[in-house]
Amino acid sequence: MALHAADRALVRALWRKLGSNVGVYATEALERTFLSFPSTKTYFPHLDLSPGSTQVKAHGQKVADALTLAVEHLDDLPGALSALSDLHAHELRVDPAHFKLLGHCLVVTLARHFPGDFSPAMQASLDKFLSHVISALSSKYR
Amino acid sequence: MVHLTPEEKSEVTDLWSKVNVEDVGGEALGRLMVVYPWTRRFFGHFGDLSSADAIMHNPKVKAHGKKVLSAFSDGLQHLDHLKETFAKLSELHCDKLHVDPENFRLLGNVLVVVLAHHFGKDFTPHVQSSYQKVVSGVANALAHKYH
Repeated sequence: MALHAADRALVRALWRKLGSNVGVYATEALERTFLSFPSTKTYFPHLDLSPGSTQVKAHGQKVADALTLAVEHLDDLPGALSALSDLHAHELRVDPAHFKLLGHCLVVTLARHFPGDFSPAMQASLDKFLSHVISALSSKYR
Repeated sequence: MVHLTPEEKSEVTDLWSKVNVEDVGGEALGRLMVVYPWTRRFFGHFGDLSSADAIMHNPKVKAHGKKVLSAFSDGLQHLDHLKETFAKLSELHCDKLHVDPENFRLLGNVLVVVLAHHFGKDFTPHVQSSYQKVVSGVANALAHKYH
Protein backbone atom coordinates (compact mmCIF):
# COMPACT_ATOMS: atom_id res chain seq x y z
CA MET A 1 0.00 0.00 0.00
CA ALA A 2 2.69 2.47 -1.05
CA LEU A 3 1.95 6.17 -1.26
CA HIS A 4 1.87 6.88 -4.98
CA ALA A 5 2.70 10.22 -6.53
CA ALA A 6 -1.01 11.01 -6.94
CA ASP A 7 -1.66 10.34 -3.23
CA ARG A 8 1.24 12.60 -2.21
CA ALA A 9 0.03 15.38 -4.49
CA LEU A 10 -3.51 15.24 -3.06
CA VAL A 11 -2.35 15.20 0.56
CA ARG A 12 0.09 18.08 0.00
CA ALA A 13 -2.64 20.10 -1.76
CA LEU A 14 -5.05 19.53 1.13
CA TRP A 15 -2.40 20.51 3.66
CA ARG A 16 -1.72 23.75 1.79
CA LYS A 17 -5.43 24.51 2.09
CA LEU A 18 -5.43 23.81 5.83
CA GLY A 19 -2.66 26.41 6.15
CA SER A 20 -2.10 27.51 9.71
CA ASN A 21 -5.36 25.90 10.91
CA VAL A 22 -4.15 22.31 11.16
CA GLY A 23 -4.27 22.68 14.95
CA VAL A 24 -7.98 23.62 14.87
CA TYR A 25 -8.87 20.48 12.90
CA ALA A 26 -6.60 18.19 14.91
CA THR A 27 -8.24 19.50 18.10
CA GLU A 28 -11.71 18.80 16.70
CA ALA A 29 -10.54 15.32 15.68
CA LEU A 30 -9.36 14.71 19.25
CA GLU A 31 -12.70 15.91 20.65
CA ARG A 32 -14.55 13.58 18.28
CA THR A 33 -12.28 10.70 19.27
CA PHE A 34 -12.84 11.19 23.00
CA LEU A 35 -16.61 11.42 22.52
CA SER A 36 -17.06 8.51 20.09
CA PHE A 37 -14.42 6.20 21.56
CA PRO A 38 -14.35 6.78 25.32
CA SER A 39 -11.60 4.19 25.94
CA THR A 40 -9.17 6.66 24.33
CA LYS A 41 -9.69 8.99 27.29
CA THR A 42 -7.89 6.52 29.55
CA TYR A 43 -4.59 7.86 28.20
CA PHE A 44 -5.37 11.40 29.33
CA PRO A 45 -6.39 11.28 33.00
CA HIS A 46 -4.08 14.23 33.59
CA LEU A 47 -5.92 16.49 31.14
CA ASP A 48 -9.16 18.41 31.33
CA LEU A 49 -11.10 16.84 28.46
CA SER A 50 -14.22 19.00 28.70
CA PRO A 51 -15.40 20.73 25.47
CA GLY A 52 -13.26 23.77 24.64
CA SER A 53 -10.47 22.72 27.00
CA THR A 54 -7.24 24.67 26.41
CA GLN A 55 -5.29 21.53 27.31
CA VAL A 56 -6.99 19.58 24.51
CA LYS A 57 -6.27 22.50 22.16
CA ALA A 58 -2.60 22.38 23.13
CA HIS A 59 -2.52 18.66 22.53
CA GLY A 60 -4.31 19.13 19.22
CA GLN A 61 -1.54 21.52 18.16
CA LYS A 62 1.10 18.91 19.05
CA VAL A 63 -0.72 16.32 16.92
CA ALA A 64 -1.07 18.90 14.12
CA ASP A 65 2.65 19.67 14.18
CA ALA A 66 3.48 15.98 13.95
CA LEU A 67 1.11 15.49 11.00
CA THR A 68 2.58 18.51 9.22
CA LEU A 69 6.05 17.08 9.79
CA ALA A 70 4.79 13.84 8.25
CA VAL A 71 3.40 15.67 5.19
CA GLU A 72 6.79 17.36 4.75
CA HIS A 73 8.60 14.00 4.86
CA LEU A 74 6.38 11.70 2.83
CA ASP A 75 9.49 10.02 1.43
CA ASP A 76 10.74 8.98 4.83
CA LEU A 77 7.92 8.67 7.34
CA PRO A 78 9.65 6.09 9.56
CA GLY A 79 12.68 8.36 9.84
CA ALA A 80 10.70 11.54 10.45
CA LEU A 81 8.45 9.91 13.07
CA SER A 82 11.11 7.76 14.73
CA ALA A 83 11.36 9.84 17.91
CA LEU A 84 7.57 9.99 18.23
CA SER A 85 7.39 6.26 17.77
CA ASP A 86 9.89 5.78 20.60
CA LEU A 87 7.83 8.10 22.79
CA HIS A 88 4.51 6.32 22.12
CA ALA A 89 6.05 2.86 22.43
CA HIS A 90 8.22 3.19 25.49
CA GLU A 91 6.83 6.06 27.55
CA LEU A 92 3.20 6.61 26.64
CA ARG A 93 2.54 2.97 25.72
CA VAL A 94 -0.63 3.77 23.80
CA ASP A 95 -2.24 0.66 22.34
CA PRO A 96 -1.61 1.15 18.60
CA ALA A 97 -5.22 0.12 17.80
CA HIS A 98 -6.23 3.57 19.05
CA PHE A 99 -4.28 5.41 16.36
CA LYS A 100 -6.84 4.20 13.81
CA LEU A 101 -9.64 5.78 15.83
CA LEU A 102 -7.99 9.22 15.80
CA GLY A 103 -7.18 8.73 12.10
CA HIS A 104 -10.87 8.03 11.37
CA CYS A 105 -12.00 11.10 13.33
CA LEU A 106 -9.48 13.23 11.45
CA VAL A 107 -10.98 12.03 8.15
CA VAL A 108 -14.49 12.82 9.48
CA THR A 109 -13.35 16.31 10.58
CA LEU A 110 -11.80 17.14 7.21
CA ALA A 111 -14.84 15.76 5.31
CA ARG A 112 -17.06 17.99 7.44
CA HIS A 113 -14.97 21.15 6.88
CA PHE A 114 -13.80 20.68 3.28
CA PRO A 115 -16.71 19.06 1.43
CA GLY A 116 -15.66 20.51 -1.93
CA ASP A 117 -12.20 18.97 -1.65
CA PHE A 118 -13.32 15.61 -0.35
CA SER A 119 -13.60 13.49 -3.47
CA PRO A 120 -13.43 9.68 -3.14
CA ALA A 121 -9.85 9.85 -4.46
CA MET A 122 -8.91 12.43 -1.80
CA GLN A 123 -10.51 10.28 0.90
CA ALA A 124 -8.51 7.27 -0.32
CA SER A 125 -5.21 9.19 -0.38
CA LEU A 126 -5.81 10.70 3.05
CA ASP A 127 -6.70 7.29 4.47
CA LYS A 128 -3.53 5.79 2.96
CA PHE A 129 -1.38 8.65 4.28
CA LEU A 130 -2.78 8.22 7.80
CA SER A 131 -2.24 4.48 7.72
CA HIS A 132 1.41 5.11 6.78
CA VAL A 133 1.73 7.56 9.68
CA ILE A 134 0.19 4.99 12.01
CA SER A 135 2.53 2.32 10.73
CA ALA A 136 5.55 4.58 11.30
CA LEU A 137 4.27 5.49 14.79
CA SER A 138 3.89 1.81 15.67
CA SER A 139 7.25 0.78 14.22
CA LYS A 140 9.23 0.86 17.48
CA TYR A 141 6.69 -0.97 19.60
CA ARG A 142 8.43 -4.35 19.53
CA MET B 1 -28.66 -3.95 21.15
CA VAL B 2 -27.43 -0.37 21.14
CA HIS B 3 -27.60 1.80 24.23
CA LEU B 4 -28.65 5.27 23.15
CA THR B 5 -30.14 7.90 25.42
CA PRO B 6 -33.46 9.41 24.25
CA GLU B 7 -31.46 12.49 23.23
CA GLU B 8 -29.06 10.40 21.15
CA LYS B 9 -31.97 8.53 19.53
CA SER B 10 -33.55 11.80 18.43
CA GLU B 11 -30.23 13.08 17.09
CA VAL B 12 -29.96 9.94 14.99
CA THR B 13 -33.52 10.02 13.67
CA ASP B 14 -33.54 13.80 13.11
CA LEU B 15 -30.47 13.62 10.90
CA TRP B 16 -31.66 10.45 9.17
CA SER B 17 -34.95 12.12 8.19
CA LYS B 18 -32.87 14.37 5.92
CA VAL B 19 -30.92 11.52 4.31
CA ASN B 20 -31.60 10.57 0.69
CA VAL B 21 -31.12 6.81 1.08
CA GLU B 22 -30.42 6.28 -2.62
CA ASP B 23 -27.75 8.99 -2.86
CA VAL B 24 -26.05 8.31 0.46
CA GLY B 25 -26.18 4.53 -0.10
CA GLY B 26 -24.52 4.76 -3.50
CA GLU B 27 -21.98 7.25 -2.18
CA ALA B 28 -21.06 5.10 0.82
CA LEU B 29 -20.75 1.84 -1.13
CA GLY B 30 -18.81 3.60 -3.90
CA ARG B 31 -16.39 5.24 -1.50
CA LEU B 32 -15.89 1.91 0.31
CA MET B 33 -14.73 0.38 -2.97
CA VAL B 34 -12.49 3.35 -3.83
CA VAL B 35 -10.85 3.72 -0.43
CA TYR B 36 -10.57 -0.04 0.29
CA PRO B 37 -10.16 -1.59 -3.17
CA TRP B 38 -10.10 -5.18 -1.86
CA THR B 39 -13.81 -4.82 -1.05
CA ARG B 40 -14.45 -4.99 -4.80
CA ARG B 41 -13.94 -8.75 -4.45
CA PHE B 42 -17.65 -9.17 -3.75
CA PHE B 43 -18.80 -7.26 -6.79
CA GLY B 44 -17.08 -8.85 -9.78
CA HIS B 45 -20.46 -9.02 -11.53
CA PHE B 46 -21.02 -5.26 -11.30
CA GLY B 47 -19.12 -4.40 -14.47
CA ASP B 48 -16.60 -1.58 -14.60
CA LEU B 49 -15.00 -0.93 -11.20
CA SER B 50 -11.61 0.02 -12.60
CA SER B 51 -11.42 3.62 -11.38
CA ALA B 52 -12.97 5.98 -8.83
CA ASP B 53 -15.06 7.60 -11.58
CA ALA B 54 -16.23 4.25 -12.95
CA ILE B 55 -17.23 3.08 -9.47
CA MET B 56 -19.03 6.26 -8.41
CA HIS B 57 -21.05 6.33 -11.69
CA ASN B 58 -21.73 2.59 -11.86
CA PRO B 59 -25.53 2.06 -11.79
CA LYS B 60 -25.19 -1.35 -10.09
CA VAL B 61 -23.15 0.22 -7.29
CA LYS B 62 -25.81 2.88 -6.81
CA ALA B 63 -28.62 0.31 -6.81
CA HIS B 64 -26.85 -1.93 -4.37
CA GLY B 65 -25.93 1.00 -2.16
CA LYS B 66 -29.61 1.89 -2.00
CA LYS B 67 -30.47 -1.71 -1.01
CA VAL B 68 -27.84 -1.76 1.73
CA LEU B 69 -28.82 1.61 3.14
CA SER B 70 -32.53 0.74 3.09
CA ALA B 71 -31.73 -2.26 5.29
CA PHE B 72 -29.71 0.03 7.57
CA SER B 73 -32.67 2.43 7.65
CA ASP B 74 -34.93 -0.41 8.83
CA GLY B 75 -32.42 -1.13 11.56
CA LEU B 76 -32.79 2.44 12.83
CA GLN B 77 -36.44 1.65 13.61
CA HIS B 78 -35.36 -1.27 15.78
CA LEU B 79 -32.35 -0.07 17.71
CA ASP B 80 -33.41 -2.16 20.71
CA HIS B 81 -33.61 -5.38 18.66
CA LEU B 82 -30.80 -5.17 16.11
CA LYS B 83 -29.72 -8.82 16.40
CA GLU B 84 -33.23 -10.07 15.67
CA THR B 85 -33.80 -7.48 12.94
CA PHE B 86 -30.62 -8.48 11.07
CA ALA B 87 -30.69 -12.25 11.82
CA LYS B 88 -31.71 -13.31 8.30
CA LEU B 89 -29.29 -10.89 6.64
CA SER B 90 -26.54 -12.15 8.94
CA GLU B 91 -27.15 -15.73 7.83
CA LEU B 92 -27.19 -14.64 4.19
CA HIS B 93 -23.89 -12.77 4.46
CA CYS B 94 -22.25 -15.75 6.17
CA ASP B 95 -23.68 -18.74 4.33
CA LYS B 96 -24.30 -17.45 0.81
CA LEU B 97 -22.25 -14.28 0.35
CA HIS B 98 -19.19 -15.25 2.47
CA VAL B 99 -18.50 -11.66 3.51
CA ASP B 100 -15.86 -11.08 6.20
CA PRO B 101 -17.63 -9.09 8.97
CA GLU B 102 -14.70 -6.68 9.03
CA ASN B 103 -16.31 -5.22 5.90
CA PHE B 104 -19.39 -4.19 7.92
CA ARG B 105 -17.14 -2.13 10.19
CA LEU B 106 -15.38 -0.55 7.22
CA LEU B 107 -18.70 0.35 5.57
CA GLY B 108 -20.07 1.71 8.85
CA ASN B 109 -17.11 4.09 9.16
CA VAL B 110 -17.35 5.12 5.51
CA LEU B 111 -21.05 5.90 6.11
CA VAL B 112 -20.05 8.13 9.06
CA VAL B 113 -17.58 9.99 6.80
CA VAL B 114 -20.26 10.40 4.08
CA LEU B 115 -22.70 11.82 6.64
CA ALA B 116 -20.02 14.29 7.82
CA HIS B 117 -19.40 15.23 4.19
CA HIS B 118 -23.11 15.82 3.50
CA PHE B 119 -24.21 17.45 6.70
CA GLY B 120 -21.18 19.56 7.61
CA LYS B 121 -21.78 21.52 10.77
CA ASP B 122 -24.89 19.48 11.63
CA PHE B 123 -22.64 16.44 12.01
CA THR B 124 -21.38 17.57 15.39
CA PRO B 125 -19.05 15.47 17.53
CA HIS B 126 -22.11 14.47 19.58
CA VAL B 127 -24.10 13.35 16.54
CA GLN B 128 -21.05 11.43 15.30
CA SER B 129 -20.76 9.66 18.64
CA SER B 130 -24.41 8.53 18.40
CA TYR B 131 -23.88 7.27 14.87
CA GLN B 132 -20.68 5.42 15.81
CA LYS B 133 -22.77 3.48 18.36
CA VAL B 134 -25.38 2.69 15.71
CA VAL B 135 -22.94 1.53 13.01
CA SER B 136 -21.09 -0.58 15.55
CA GLY B 137 -24.38 -2.14 16.71
CA VAL B 138 -25.47 -2.89 13.14
CA ALA B 139 -22.05 -4.41 12.28
CA ASN B 140 -22.21 -6.64 15.37
CA ALA B 141 -25.80 -7.68 14.59
CA LEU B 142 -24.82 -8.58 11.03
CA ALA B 143 -21.92 -10.68 12.34
CA HIS B 144 -24.00 -12.32 15.06
CA LYS B 145 -25.13 -15.45 13.14
CA TYR B 146 -21.70 -16.25 11.71
CA HIS B 147 -20.38 -19.72 12.38
